[in-house]
Amino acid sequence: MNAETAAIEYHTIGVLVDNEPGVLARVIGLFSGRGYNIESLTVSEVDPTNRMSRITIVTSGTPMIIEQIKAQLSRLVPVHRVSDLTMEGPHVQRELALIKVRSTGEHRVESLRIADIFRANVVDSTNDSFTFQVVGSTDKLNAFIELMQPLGLIDVSRTGVVAIARGNKPL
Amino acid sequence: MSKEVFSGAEIVLKALKDQGVEVVFGYPGGVTLPLYDEIYKQNFLRHVLVRHEQAAVHAAEGYARSTNKVGVVIVTSGPGATNTVTGLTDALMDSIPLVCIAGQVPTQLIGNDAFQEADTTGITRSCTKHNYLVKDVNDLARVLHEAFYVARSGRPGPVLIDLPKDVAVGKGAYVSADKVKHRTYKPRVKGERAAIQRAVKLLAAAKRPIVYAGGGVINSGPEASALLTRLTRMTGAPCTLTLMGLGAFPASDPQFLGMLGMHGTYEANLAMHDCDVMLAVGARFDDRVTGKLSAFAPGAKKIHIDIDPSSINKNVLVDVAIVGDVMAVLEDIVAEWQETRSRIDAKALKAWWVQIEEWRGRKCLRYKPNGNGSTLTKPQYAIERLFHHLKDRESYVATDVGQHQMWAAQYIGFEQPNHWLTSGGLGTMGYGMPAAMGAQFAHPKATCVVVTSEASLQMNIQELGTIEAYKQPVKVFILRNNTLGMVRQWQEMFYEDRLSESVLEQKPDFVKLADAYGIKGLRATKPEEVDDVIAAMLAHPGPVVVEILTDPRENVFPMIPAGAAHNEIILGAGEADDTDEGSAEGMVLV
Ligand SMILES: Cc1ncc(C[n+]2csc(CCOP(=O)(O)OP(=O)(O)O)c2C)c(N)n1
Repeated sequence: MNAETAAIEYHTIGVLVDNEPGVLARVIGLFSGRGYNIESLTVSEVDPTNRMSRITIVTSGTPMIIEQIKAQLSRLVPVHRVSDLTMEGPHVQRELALIKVRSTGEHRVESLRIADIFRANVVDSTNDSFTFQVVGSTDKLNAFIELMQPLGLIDVSRTGVVAIARGNKPL
Repeated sequence: MSKEVFSGAEIVLKALKDQGVEVVFGYPGGVTLPLYDEIYKQNFLRHVLVRHEQAAVHAAEGYARSTNKVGVVIVTSGPGATNTVTGLTDALMDSIPLVCIAGQVPTQLIGNDAFQEADTTGITRSCTKHNYLVKDVNDLARVLHEAFYVARSGRPGPVLIDLPKDVAVGKGAYVSADKVKHRTYKPRVKGERAAIQRAVKLLAAAKRPIVYAGGGVINSGPEASALLTRLTRMTGAPCTLTLMGLGAFPASDPQFLGMLGMHGTYEANLAMHDCDVMLAVGARFDDRVTGKLSAFAPGAKKIHIDIDPSSINKNVLVDVAIVGDVMAVLEDIVAEWQETRSRIDAKALKAWWVQIEEWRGRKCLRYKPNGNGSTLTKPQYAIERLFHHLKDRESYVATDVGQHQMWAAQYIGFEQPNHWLTSGGLGTMGYGMPAAMGAQFAHPKATCVVVTSEASLQMNIQELGTIEAYKQPVKVFILRNNTLGMVRQWQEMFYEDRLSESVLEQKPDFVKLADAYGIKGLRATKPEEVDDVIAAMLAHPGPVVVEILTDPRENVFPMIPAGAAHNEIILGAGEADDTDEGSAEGMVLV
């Protein structure tokens, strides 16, 4: 039982919470207070009638730590459900980024060509810049940003990961 | 439907009455004036005016721990609320059910750096089980009832309600406790059947079993302690308790091995190390208990009963996990044990006890009555005599934190749960005096003693004023060594006796100080006086402060140095030199 030497895993965890003041602070405070990692965190209300929000967290740790994270999250009073999407079978995971690139002359054409390959859309354009919207996995977004770097990357804004299980079941 | 309306302050009092609250510990201020005006007008509730808000929280802890009820605290905004932080953290660590109502500046001023404003919900978020800021008086009754429910359900803990002054003054509807159901929080009580069956099988197949129980048994109620005792006797296994669990199993029972852990007994720690099946009940494998994790009970199959799923597999991976309330789970285990006519192999068990008796024969709690060449009273002796005098009385013992705490845990035997009050998880100096006071308010006829030492006592000594004002006969038993004893012990053992900032002056004179408060003061300067002083202390009907001058060089043994394994336990001063306790890993531990 070498809990310390076990390999680090990445897990995507969906958390259904009461949409009440301070609930996000509670979740984030739990991660910082106990030294857990947050790779990405997104939150929004998903059920206005019952005032519930869904938080999607991508975290990393040994299997023992991941188990702890889930147990600790479940312990928070406003938490309804904690679901480890990584463990519970196939799921879809998406992130959206807005990426601003300085582009004049040849670079302009090149950035549009790459955007096309990544199925990124132009959502704003000026004489010397484009803003692309790109949706996909974290890896895809990273790859796109890397390719834009030499072409004149100016600014990046990313949503963080949202995820949902495949099939007909709710969280 | 009657649409009767009440002020927020009236709603608070109605809810407290509904919840059966009889005593609150508090301190008023500007924003809680509406609340205090209602307190003035009623007579079902006794408000105890403490001398410091930290003490209000510890007093509520002592009240709660000695009764299994929810302790209640009322404080004002700003400094009143921030003064509760240590107490709330203490209650969170030791799973003590509390509700703390803190006043707050009016809602429209929140965020404006108003006079005595503090972000109380922000500050206390990580030191409460849950907290609320009430912005609408119509939510107040529900929030209050929810707070009591959350505080006492599942793994108990402190809940804080931040109450702005305008909400306390505003008018709204009241709902009674039975109309309030929590939306999300429903902890599991019954254990999973299959896990219980597996646990019984494992236990029945044991050759060297041990029962290791903690504070969760006390939280579950006296019935849980009775069941633990029953199961332990049915199986014939030895039983050891954590610091928080003392009293969950009768100390006088031959199957009791004493406390385990850093200052636990030799037999308890070695039995933990060598056992083949461990039944952990309401205990959380704290680092003070496990020592070096990689060497913790290396050959044991482990069964863990806990109401808090996050306590399971946190420090130690277990073989059978049972999530549920200790009492409900033990009930099922006892029934399953009887139904299956389980028995532990008698021959194996006998051999195990032979081994345990051999460890016990080392008499690890022996001390030299005139060791260190000192004629001063040995602290262990003072505690032994205190225990002797308390034996036939209904008594509650609180402690502060340090050497005296460990000696009290080692030398006082508890036969019942809820009679031992100590700060285990946080180790809060200053806990003892107010905790004993809280227990005294709950048990007016009982003898409530705080075993303390000069440094800890001075962290909440102002409460001498409270016990005198309310004529509470709390006995303050000071093992005086004029040092931060436990710090000094570590410096002696691990820092070549460089006593950096751990030696105190000989002041104050606690007998004179007691006198200034109008309290009786007594002193024993040598061992021959100890018995008489204790007898006089107990004979006096009011509060008493007793100072026992003790040998300042005495150390707490046995000791498992931080980061060492159970079988590396040091028995006494002479042994400390020939073990390699100063491992680099151990030195960074506390
Ligand atoms: C609030 C707080 N500050 C510091 C400590 C660290 N600490 C642990 S034991 C101890 C010494 C306690 O001295 P005393 O109360 O005289 O008890 P003794 O060890 O002498 O019995 C200290 C400073 C603590 N536990 N709590």
